[in-house]
Amino acid sequence: MKDQFVVPARLKKTSFVLMGVGLLTLLIGLFAFQGENATRFWAGLLQNSSFFLLITLASTFFIAATTLAHGGWQIAFRRVPEAISMAVPVLSGILFVIVMILVFGEKDSIYHWVNLHHVHEDKILTWKSPFLSKTFFTTATIITLGLWIFFTLKIRKMSIEEDGWDLKPATGKKILWRNTVVAGGFLVVFTLSVGSTTPWLWLMSIDAHWFSTMYSWYTFASTWVSGLSLIALFVVYLKKHGYLTYVTEEHLHDLGKFMFAFSIFWTYLWFSQYMLIWYANMPEETAYFQPRVWGEWRPIFFLNLLINFITPLLFLMKRDTKRNYTAVVFMAFVIIAGHWMDFWQMVYPATVKHLVFPWYELGLGLGFVGLIIFLVSNALTKASLVPKNHPYLKESIVHHT
Amino acid sequence: MAVKNFVVGLFDDEAVLFPAVKKVRTAGYKLHDVYTPFPVHGLDHAMGLRESSLHTAGFIYGITGTTTALSFMSWVFNVDWPLNIGGKPHFPLPAFIPITFELTVLFAAVGMVMTFCWLCQIMPGVKKHIFHPRQTDDKFVMVIELTEKTNAEEVKSFLQAAGAHDINEQQAEAGWWFGRFDKDDEPYLRKVKPVNA
Repeated sequence: MKDQFVVPARLKKTSFVLMGVGLLTLLIGLFAFQGENATRFWAGLLQNSSFFLLITLASTFFIAATTLAHGGWQIAFRRVPEAISMAVPVLSGILFVIVMILVFGEKDSIYHWVNLHHVHEDKILTWKSPFLSKTFFTTATIITLGLWIFFTLKIRKMSIEEDGWDLKPATGKKILWRNTVVAGGFLVVFTLSVGSTTPWLWLMSIDAHWFSTMYSWYTFASTWVSGLSLIALFVVYLKKHGYLTYVTEEHLHDLGKFMFAFSIFWTYLWFSQYMLIWYANMPEETAYFQPRVWGEWRPIFFLNLLINFITPLLFLMKRDTKRNYTAVVFMAFVIIAGHWMDFWQMVYPATVKHLVFPWYELGLGLGFVGLIIFLVSNALTKASLVPKNHPYLKESIVHHT
Repeated sequence: MAVKNFVVGLFDDEAVLFPAVKKVRTAGYKLHDVYTPFPVHGLDHAMGLRESSLHTAGFIYGITGTTTALSFMSWVFNVDWPLNIGGKPHFPLPAFIPITFELTVLFAAVGMVMTFCWLCQIMPGVKKHIFHPRQTDDKFVMVIELTEKTNAEEVKSFLQAAGAHDINEQQAEAGWWFGRFDKDDEPYLRKVKPVNA
């Protein structure tokens, strides 16, 4: 039984090539987008860094949520989301640098509330200034990123530490108890950050006049379903290379169910946000949808719904596709690409404004994908792929949907 | 509906039941049904039952609900009684979505419950023969149908060897009949001869 992951040379090469593509795109972008066009340079970085940070953070959420629900089925591949979550500290660092440059470099074409002249002339921004201010933004960002990193590392550290313990009933109880406590703590932080304020600060404040209380949940749903797809991709990759002996199509079926269900959940939130604004038809609220539904972004707006709702709904509805490795991999790629596009249409209409082919954004995205592959494959080698002392391991091995 | 002969055996444990089901199938006896106190994972597979088509029916009911809701609302607001509501168009799709969703769920749910009852032949007023009073209480009951080719005594000793107890032979109506839950234990047409006597 292969419990210890060794990074195949091909995967390492792929990750370096992708990171190279990302860096090259960044350099080209630096020279191509100057002066007026510099907005696109920063918008692309903001979109990609926030998207990829949040989809790796979804893995920590996956561990915390399943731990708190006393789920047993995921234990056979629990080390995979753990390894994915190890990308959180690095991606947090990247995002932190980018938003700090945006805020303190006064990039007011991205966040126009950072320009104090705008704020003084603007009643709405003045009223919002306790929230949309450099101090609050920086403090909140540092606290949330710090807590995410703390809990992510803590969960991982505990899990590896437990491999060295003796297998006794008392040990099992202790494992469950301390994991539950830490997972509970993380979920409180996660709810108050991703489920509430963080997307308001990082993304919704691009349209500083506009607000939507659904926005954070909508962002969460988007990154959560992509995060699940990312977990599924790594699970299938490891399975195809002869690792994760205990993982069968039963586990894949459950991951597929999650991808299916949360695609619908995303649509539910997407529609809830849209319909209330459409129905009330108030100019300060519809301003957000004007460029998206009636402007240049109209095709993207409907493509978004097609890729992220109709495709998973019809494709993953059948039991056989959820149990088929190739089908799940295909759908995982579609979902991640679809929600990447969702982030693109969240950031771009208010910053870059015009719809252009996103070569720069895609290039950066590939760079982030390469970085994630590199970090995750390294983290996977750090521990056995089976948490052998976890009391629910047997439940996961005999799992049957 | 037909009256048939059966051999009935009781099991205490699913761990004994599973190999017994497999043995019955390899021996070629006709398995009428297995009654369990709780859903047993994988038993349907072991019994060789085909996958239920209930979900396909559910999909069709759901689509019917979607179509009903959308076409009815469009007809009402465009053809039958066009009204200007808040300056919205006569075909305000976003406003139709919640109702369409609800009707899809309603049709799918109600339709699937009724289909489930139909497939399992359960309904208020519908009675079936109960092979053993404890069959869905705490015992696992296996019922083997006797055909012209099977010998009752042979089946009994076979079940004995497979770990069953309280083995007995019964002549019973295989289908359902109308009757109240607390009486009408016998089908109305009792005089029918067993088809496989």
